[in-house]
Amino acid sequence: MIQVRLAAHGMDVEFQASSGITALFGAAGAGKTVILDAIAGFITPASGRIILDDEILFDAASGVNLPPRRRHCGYIARHWALFPHMSLHDNLLFPLAGLPRRERHRRVKEMLERFALLEAAQRRPHDVLPAERLRATVARALIGEPRLLLVDEPADGLDIALRAVWVQILRMVRDETSLPVLLAARDPETCFEMAGNMLLLDAGRILQSGPPRRVFDQPVGVEAARLLGIRNLFPAEIVALDPGRNTSRLRLETFDLNGPYLPGRLRGDRVWLCVEPGQLHATPHDGSKPSANQVAARLERAAEMPRAVRLEFAGGIVAEIARREFEPDRDNEEWLVEFPPHALRVLGCP
Amino acid sequence: MPLDWSPLWVGVRYAGLATLLAILAAVPLAWFLAHRRFPGCELLDATASLPLVLPPAVLVYYLLTLLGPLDFSWHAAVAVSAIYTLPLLFRMTRAGLEAVDHSFENAARGLGAGEWRTFWLVTVPLAWRALLAAFLAGFARAFVDFAVTALLANAASTGPAVWQLLPVAAVALAALYIGNRARRRRVLA
Repeated sequence: MIQVRLAAHGMDVEFQASSGITALFGAAGAGKTVILDAIAGFITPASGRIILDDEILFDAASGVNLPPRRRHCGYIARHWALFPHMSLHDNLLFPLAGLPRRERHRRVKEMLERFALLEAAQRRPHDVLPAERLRATVARALIGEPRLLLVDEPADGLDIALRAVWVQILRMVRDETSLPVLLAARDPETCFEMAGNMLLLDAGRILQSGPPRRVFDQPVGVEAARLLGIRNLFPAEIVALDPGRNTSRLRLETFDLNGPYLPGRLRGDRVWLCVEPGQLHATPHDGSKPSANQVAARLERAAEMPRAVRLEFAGGIVAEIARREFEPDRDNEEWLVEFPPHALRVLGCP
Repeated sequence: MPLDWSPLWVGVRYAGLATLLAILAAVPLAWFLAHRRFPGCELLDATASLPLVLPPAVLVYYLLTLLGPLDFSWHAAVAVSAIYTLPLLFRMTRAGLEAVDHSFENAARGLGAGEWRTFWLVTVPLAWRALLAAFLAGFARAFVDFAVTALLANAASTGPAVWQLLPVAAVALAALYIGNRARRRRVLA
């Protein structure tokens, strides 16, 4: 269990994390790495307190500041930081300096076997495959039996194959050890899939925390939604609420929509509305009058993706449709976009 | 006229000693300034670099004023030479240490290594080309300064100085060449 309170380097955060993966998610510069570095002891915050399993690692008030070597935190740096002048074997040996020789070699061998590195063991990091390098990095972080694993996700530069290895390693760490893991996540998918808990960070503050499913489904506000990469955010005003029929009417800038009943909201409330691009139905406009919840929109850009086409309309509406549906109407400019009432979400708790 | 190798040998010995002294002072200082921030650290850096911008005559004048008139002893010669070569060595060493990616040093600390172990097992092996270049440049400087001074002083008795300067220049050039090569390879690596 790690408890962290930090107010320094433009940060003001307080959280705790126990076993399992806790993801720190946010844009670059949000403070993810600063938090990890402060816990590892690489930087000294001006104020705050860090407690790991009842041991105070850092406390500005009482002047406690353990050096990194006595904090027993495994750290996986963003660029992996395997020592380039040592073989993988020697890299794994490095953290075991205080142990008897026989014990050191037993542990290294065990780790090399566990991470399928026996063949590459005598080679240096530059001479092995990226997947082996990645496994060696994690093996080295775990071999000293840390009490906490800090991971600055090496997501940039990971190709698809390597990403699969990475996810597999994270899963193994999560399922086979009871270590608390703090993961500075750069990829929402990894975050969603692997983490039991997440902290959404923005400019050194925690915007929202909780299980990833809840955070992605119910962002607390428009800032949080933008950070999570949610498209189709519209300011709206609630103009009618009918609990009997379980409906509401929402007025957007240029059109009105029927939505589900919004418990806890009042008529006249201004809210942010969001819709997943994949839940909008886009069809070519044949000149007929739009029906309820349909909006006529002009197509500005179509971006082809591997499995779908993303249609960007005037007014900031983004829809995704299957490629085969888009193909026959490729040159069409006028479209009808339908907002199904059940797909409308209002951001934040009332 | 046969070449007299003794000035070369004397020069190498004196410059070697001076470089060694300078290394002993420059490396800890460079490490400290590369890794720690404290009030006055830039002032310390500037002070250590001062002899670099002082003409030798001015430096020697101040040293003589400070220490009183000295007989020409090899101790004094080596000490002056070390002070004179220190700034170059220190600046290059500091640049070399700062060029090491801190994530490697932090990784070592996080894996349980203290500063001493981190320095010897991680920083030095990663910075050795830059350090070697710094030491050789420092040596070349000490060597040229010392040898030229000594030779010119004896020029009247030993004939034209230019002949004796040849091996001196060759050794200095070799040191600079090896140093430069080492530095360039580090950049390419």
